Amino acid sequence: MLQVKDISVWFDERKVIEGVSLEVASGEIVALLGPNGAGKTTILRALNGTVPLKSGEITLNGTRLNELSRREIARNIAVVAQENETKFPITVIEFVLAGRFTRGAAFGWETPADIEAANNALGMCDLSGYAKRVMNELSGGERQRVVLARAMAAETGILLLDEPTANLDLSHQALMFRLVRERCRDVGASAIVITHDLNLASEFAERVILLKAGEVFAQGTTDQVLTRENVQRVYEVQVLLDENPASGKVRVTTVY
Amino acid sequence: MLIAALVIAVSIGSERLAFFDLSDTQRSILFDIRLPRVLLGACVGASLAAAGASLQALLRNPLAEPYLLGVSNGAALGTMLAFVFFEQFFFARPLFALAGAGLATFTVYQMARSRAGMNVERLVLSGVIVTTFLSSIIVLFTSLLDAARLRGFTFWLLGDLSQATMSGFYLTLGASVLGTIVLRSQARPLNLMMIGERDAMDFGVEVGRVRLIVFGIASLLVGTSVAASGSVGYVGLIVPHLVRLSVGSDNRLVVPLSAIAGAIFVVLADTVARTVIAPRELPVGAITALIGAPLFIYLLRRN
Repeated sequence: MLQVKDISVWFDERKVIEGVSLEVASGEIVALLGPNGAGKTTILRALNGTVPLKSGEITLNGTRLNELSRREIARNIAVVAQENETKFPITVIEFVLAGRFTRGAAFGWETPADIEAANNALGMCDLSGYAKRVMNELSGGERQRVVLARAMAAETGILLLDEPTANLDLSHQALMFRLVRERCRDVGASAIVITHDLNLASEFAERVILLKAGEVFAQGTTDQVLTRENVQRVYEVQVLLDENPASGKVRVTTVY
Repeated sequence: MLIAALVIAVSIGSERLAFFDLSDTQRSILFDIRLPRVLLGACVGASLAAAGASLQALLRNPLAEPYLLGVSNGAALGTMLAFVFFEQFFFARPLFALAGAGLATFTVYQMARSRAGMNVERLVLSGVIVTTFLSSIIVLFTSLLDAARLRGFTFWLLGDLSQATMSGFYLTLGASVLGTIVLRSQARPLNLMMIGERDAMDFGVEVGRVRLIVFGIASLLVGTSVAASGSVGYVGLIVPHLVRLSVGSDNRLVVPLSAIAGAIFVVLADTVARTVIAPRELPVGAITALIGAPLFIYLLRRN
């Protein structure tokens, strides 16, 4: 379980995050929402210890994050982030196997269990038959799914996802969230997802954290947070709210 | 293949040697001159190629190369200082070369780094700046040398195996074997760092430690090579590139295979350097640069 107590993050003299507290329990998806520059990605990076805190503390299963090695953190937390292009011809399977780095011998070769986990993850993400393809030759959406497959192959209890659906078509957006949902339900994993799609958040997240200018504006269940007033004040646009006829969840429509 | 290359290289030269019925002179050419030279060439090639392959993965840049990054010139300046001030100590040259290589690596890395990360152009430019700066200091020092030493030194600067000795060979052999083993041990973390430094951190790599080890060992490899044979350029660029073309990007294969292929490459290049205008000789660095520079331009354009 991940617990965040009153953290602040500063980049040089600039305050990016101030007084953020949150908690993620086993089995739940938490959506991190907010306009550009609200500090969503910074919080996500702080959660796996790759951004230093100015104050406050984060604990992973009761241990302070800064007392853990990168290896111990990575064994519990996997990240799905925007992937940058590489200059080398790395294959899809090599990329996904990077998710297995913390398992077994770090300096040796992958075990059959590693290969199996990687192949399973590829299958899950609709990427069967892609193993030998080169990363640079894939489309943005395909690459995004490979990045998800790598996190799935890591088989961690916590998933951090930074705009995982940014490059995906409609069916793969749904696939992405379904996979995360299943992982949380089946093995009690938890996920924190940054997204700009309020409707996807409403459909899949148990709880929502709405950020504005580096501070928590509102947090709670989807119904509590995704109100017309909250959304209009944070995003500064006019919206209409109603109920999705298929799922009964809140639906947000922008008024242009 | 390495063994075949060694055998061919030993037998070919301005004096062609069979392996039996050697006269005393031929025996002396074989054991005192040619064998140390060929063996040293193999070690230098292995060191430079393994260092190049690892630096490329670490810096996520297929153009990173000890010679182009200024690491070789750092080592050359170190060697030069040892040569001018501590000529009598055998170990002064490799030690100073190692220090010079390490210092140059660190400087280029700090210069190429920016908030936005490190791009290809910035790294290459930093390398060029450090290289030219170090070159000018080297030139300054060469003016302290007398004419006879000057010629030898100029040749050595371009990468020259003709001064090979067995003791130089043993030192370079030790460094190249040890260095390649250590770099190979970092191959899996390097695989992750090749994807991205942040990705590597996310998935459990102690990025700072890997960087320190690879920079340190690459400096050791380049330092000992340069101390023994000057700056043989482009080996660390050409060889890993060819190895990746045939086996892919996995550093667990690329690092050790680059070492072996690098040994073959330098031995063959030096054989050409010794024979093409025999009985006169070219520095081996001229041959490697002749092949490497066009490849560099090709890679840069493709980037």
